[in-house]
Amino acid sequence: MRVPLSWLRDFAPFEGDPADIAATLDDLGLVVEVVEHVGEGLGDVVVARIEEVTAIEGADKIRRVVVTDGSDLVEVACGAKNFAVGDLVALAPVGSVLPGGFAIGKRKMKGMVSNGMLCSGRELRLSEDHAGILILNEVDGAAPGVLLTDALGIGPDVVFDVAVEANRPDAWCMAGVARDLAARMGLPFAVPSTPDLMSLVDPGGPQAPVPSSGPAVGSVATVQVDDLELCPRFTARVVTGIRVGESPDWLTRRLLAAGMRPINNVVDASNYVMLELGQPTHPYDLDRLAGGGLLVRRAGAGETVTTLDDVERTLGRPGPGLGDTGQDCLICDATGAPVGIGGIMGGASSEIGPDTTDVLLEAAYFVPMAIARTSKRLNLRTEASARFERGCDPAGIDRAAERFCELLALTAGPDVTVAEGVLDIVGTDVPVPLEVDVRPSRVNGLLGTELTAPAIAELLVPLGMEAVPTGGDDDPVRVVVPTFRPDVRPAPMGEADLTEEVARTYGYSRLPRRHPAWPQPGGLTTYQRERRKLKDVLCGIGASEAWTTAFVTESDQVTAGFPPPYIEVTNPLVDAERFLRSSMAPGLVRAIVYNAERRQGDVRLFEVGSVFRLADVPDPEGPPAEVDERLCAVFAGEGDDAWSAVAAWHTVAGSLGLADWVMEQGHHRGNDGRVSHEYRSATLLSGPAVSGGRRVTLGEVGELDPTFVETFGLVGTDGRPRRVGWLDLDLDVLLDPARATRRPLESAPISRFPSSDIDLAFVVPDEVPAGSVEATLVEAGGELLESVQLFDVYRGESLGDGARSLAYRLRFCALDRTLTDEETASLRSGCITAVEQAHRAALR
Amino acid sequence: MTGALDVDALVDEARGAIEAADSTEEIRHVAATVSGKKSALAEASRALGSMDPEARKELGRELHEARTTVEELLESRRSEIRFAELSAEMAASRLDLTEYVPGTVAGPGSRGHLHLVSQTRDALEDVFVGMGFDVAEGPEIETDWYNFGALNIPPAHPARGMWDTFYLHLGEPESTLLRTHTSPVQIHLMEQAVLDGTLPIHSVMPGRCYRRDTPDARHLAVFHQIEGLVVDRGITFADLAGTIETFTTAYFGPDIHSRLRPAYFPFTEPSAEFEVTCAICHGGGCRTCSQTGWIELGGCGMVDPAVFASVGIDADDWTGFAFGFGIDRCAQMRHQIADMRALIENDIRFLRQF
Ligand SMILES: [Zn+2]
Repeated sequence: MRVPLSWLRDFAPFEGDPADIAATLDDLGLVVEVVEHVGEGLGDVVVARIEEVTAIEGADKIRRVVVTDGSDLVEVACGAKNFAVGDLVALAPVGSVLPGGFAIGKRKMKGMVSNGMLCSGRELRLSEDHAGILILNEVDGAAPGVLLTDALGIGPDVVFDVAVEANRPDAWCMAGVARDLAARMGLPFAVPSTPDLMSLVDPGGPQAPVPSSGPAVGSVATVQVDDLELCPRFTARVVTGIRVGESPDWLTRRLLAAGMRPINNVVDASNYVMLELGQPTHPYDLDRLAGGGLLVRRAGAGETVTTLDDVERTLGRPGPGLGDTGQDCLICDATGAPVGIGGIMGGASSEIGPDTTDVLLEAAYFVPMAIARTSKRLNLRTEASARFERGCDPAGIDRAAERFCELLALTAGPDVTVAEGVLDIVGTDVPVPLEVDVRPSRVNGLLGTELTAPAIAELLVPLGMEAVPTGGDDDPVRVVVPTFRPDVRPAPMGEADLTEEVARTYGYSRLPRRHPAWPQPGGLTTYQRERRKLKDVLCGIGASEAWTTAFVTESDQVTAGFPPPYIEVTNPLVDAERFLRSSMAPGLVRAIVYNAERRQGDVRLFEVGSVFRLADVPDPEGPPAEVDERLCAVFAGEGDDAWSAVAAWHTVAGSLGLADWVMEQGHHRGNDGRVSHEYRSATLLSGPAVSGGRRVTLGEVGELDPTFVETFGLVGTDGRPRRVGWLDLDLDVLLDPARATRRPLESAPISRFPSSDIDLAFVVPDEVPAGSVEATLVEAGGELLESVQLFDVYRGESLGDGARSLAYRLRFCALDRTLTDEETASLRSGCITAVEQAHRAALR
Repeated sequence: MTGALDVDALVDEARGAIEAADSTEEIRHVAATVSGKKSALAEASRALGSMDPEARKELGRELHEARTTVEELLESRRSEIRFAELSAEMAASRLDLTEYVPGTVAGPGSRGHLHLVSQTRDALEDVFVGMGFDVAEGPEIETDWYNFGALNIPPAHPARGMWDTFYLHLGEPESTLLRTHTSPVQIHLMEQAVLDGTLPIHSVMPGRCYRRDTPDARHLAVFHQIEGLVVDRGITFADLAGTIETFTTAYFGPDIHSRLRPAYFPFTEPSAEFEVTCAICHGGGCRTCSQTGWIELGGCGMVDPAVFASVGIDADDWTGFAFGFGIDRCAQMRHQIADMRALIENDIRFLRQF
């Protein structure tokens, strides 16, 4: 909201450096986003009189104009045509700098020298008018040589652009900002009466005429409210004898400074009141209201109304949003035909036009939540709806309507008559002032202050609250909260709300600070520590962490091997990317491609993040969907393939201290997944769980399916899909020691006797995994086996097709002795026999 | 005259040859024979030029159809062969992944890099752990109740406009969503603590959040927040201000300070926005901080009694404060990242800088 300092001064005598005022507003929570200095740059502009206008040969866009600035004749070129000899205009002489930094210099044009510029209202930032130059004939005190600022009675001003928080509708107007500021600065605050206002804005100007009393309002218009739930209070005033035209300069200047465009004196008066007092009002052309009045009712299901912006709106049906009951408040003429949507926007049929003479002014209180729902559903936000949905002051209606009538009496011609009285329909749901007891102990308990009851009362009173201590320093303060503060809730919540008010007036910057301490230690959970370790292990093997999007396309999901249904976003940013990923693989492969396109595709990347799936069995009490944390790594460096991922897994398993795990060849996800290479991947299973001895899936390891890789365009120089190793781990299982069993906590003793190594090579059929052979060796080796290590794999013609040689080194030792040759030989033959029998293998 | 040339027979002949082809090599050969420049169909097309217009038109159409059919047959057979060959090739390249021999796989030889956001998150967590906080997490999909309702933001509340929410097609319309902030974790924590009787709470809650903002230099639709919650006896706004100041100095450095000013959040009362000394000008005023010397970092306040009520905590017995701010924003400030979108591009040149 744009707040001119000059306007704030209507309410309290604010003086001092505007920067300090801005800082005070900040500390009040009325954050000043921009401080704009306006009217600056007009200091050199003077009033001049046109003396001579001549055409320039060969130029039809500009003319040569001679003006007098009171002492000299000045020759300028001018493109405007809206003036004649004798007119008074605004001259920016050479050397002046106009608002916005535009410097006026001597310019040669079409054979003449222009010694300045005749300015339009817009060039001077005084109005929107750029159709011609500003004509000052009507301005009292305008004469050649007089400074423009003196002639117009304007001084430089400061405009604060204030961000008003959503819970402070009262502060969304000049009076509201001024009230808070005055409270903090200890200045008296008052809303000026109109005569006062006139002397403030136009010193020495005409005294405001008192509106003459007309006929009783009930004899010229009617109001009926059928739905007091949506509209608990509705008032109407009638003003007749209006001449619609432009508003006076002082009023349009204020509107413009506040960022609002002048329309005509009637609409401007309504807008002025809203800016000044925060109450939106709506003027109707009374002659165009059939039946001469208004009817307020709930819209029927599917009823339509055409709003001022010329859009036909359908009302009365609930939208998709939670809590939208489809209840819309319609303003209708007396015959029941809609003329606008209550509190949001009027209709074109009863709009104020140039011929309007009689105005019915609506000033009402609408239920905020109802306005919020209707406005959200219609996607129609207006200055009025934004204020009503935050909550306007039902008690402020009378003053606002009165102010509107006063303004029209000033601005709409000599025949203005205000009908006597107010049509006022009041229901039972109109908010009333709240009574909230504020305990000093509570205030101090929340703020860490030591304020007494009288001190608290003193901080609240300037905000327009009644605050009376009920006893001693520690006894509650009884506060009556005015209806313009809908943000304050009834007790007990209201006590916290008022505590904030105490803090704001006291000053947040003055509140104490203390470093708290508590006996409980902080720390990471095991899961969090191990997740960090896991990431560190991945970095250690040269993988960098990526962050890819959670929003994927349907084809990403299908390609990644997840059949529908998927979790779908109702309102995606990009329509195609409307699913939540079930796998990180597509995103990571895209990241490789992104880098490959920049000639840096030899990368290893990983991501730890959420993947999403629908709950297997929907549980109304449980979470709405399954969100699993996984680690996905892709290995696309030079020479990388499935083995890179396998090596990575071994490092991961080692660093987490997994007690036992197995790798089962092939993918076992039970879906049509093509993400993993059918012949180059394996499922990782944890060791038998503590309970039940069941193995649990930890993840997958291997290589990405070449077709999958090709889908994303990741091909090598030979045009074939690149081999990409991948590792995909379910962290919820992997980092849970109850499911992914760890090595025991107790240390194992280390033998002090020399160990014996036995190397055994077996020729094993291809269909027997090396892992099974190793498992057999571990079992056969028994307690004396310290370690077993595959150290060579050999395939060759001598072995024939369908088999390979696996060479293991077994290390044996005992804790209490050196093993004898006999013992070693027996262990050796035991191991050989076991492998040969279990796996159709032969010692090589 | 078309009788001289039996187009259908040519197509049948081609079909036979195509179906008989069994390898990429063969299909290439067949393609040359049945649709190449020297194929019977091509020859016939060339011969059209010397025919009278009427006959040319008729035969031309037939030939065109025939060639289209042959091309389609070729393409379909090619992809069958390609699939079969790929499958065979894949089967032939079968690996027994348990055959892993340690030491045989070479790596790139240099360390990879943790994402800047992770590094920032870890560093923030470490500061708070040092201050006695533990670290809690929660799901990225939430119900309306956890993301809004329990946080004192009822349906249709105008304050919902503060968050542009991604809703999900799950359950009632707009009942399930991607969390717009980490605050729902507060609710989970408090509910659990009440259930288990384990109050007090001193936790920070980092995590990924979603807002329906078109990404630009300063905003991402997916971003990271860290939130803090303390619920204990005798906790005041002074403790909140002190915590923010301790954190600011510990994380950003001894010459960086904090200040609070009033703000509105539905879930805290009193509420504040907190700002820290601009790290670029050290408070002197520059373009980044709009000459104020301060940079807005996050929001905070005393836990609203309505929030306590929704989780069943007695607001006369316990008080608490909460704060939250953007992890990505911290990273952006600390490393002066001009465009936030660099964080999600995954350009290895960017990742390697940190
Ligand atoms: Zn700065």
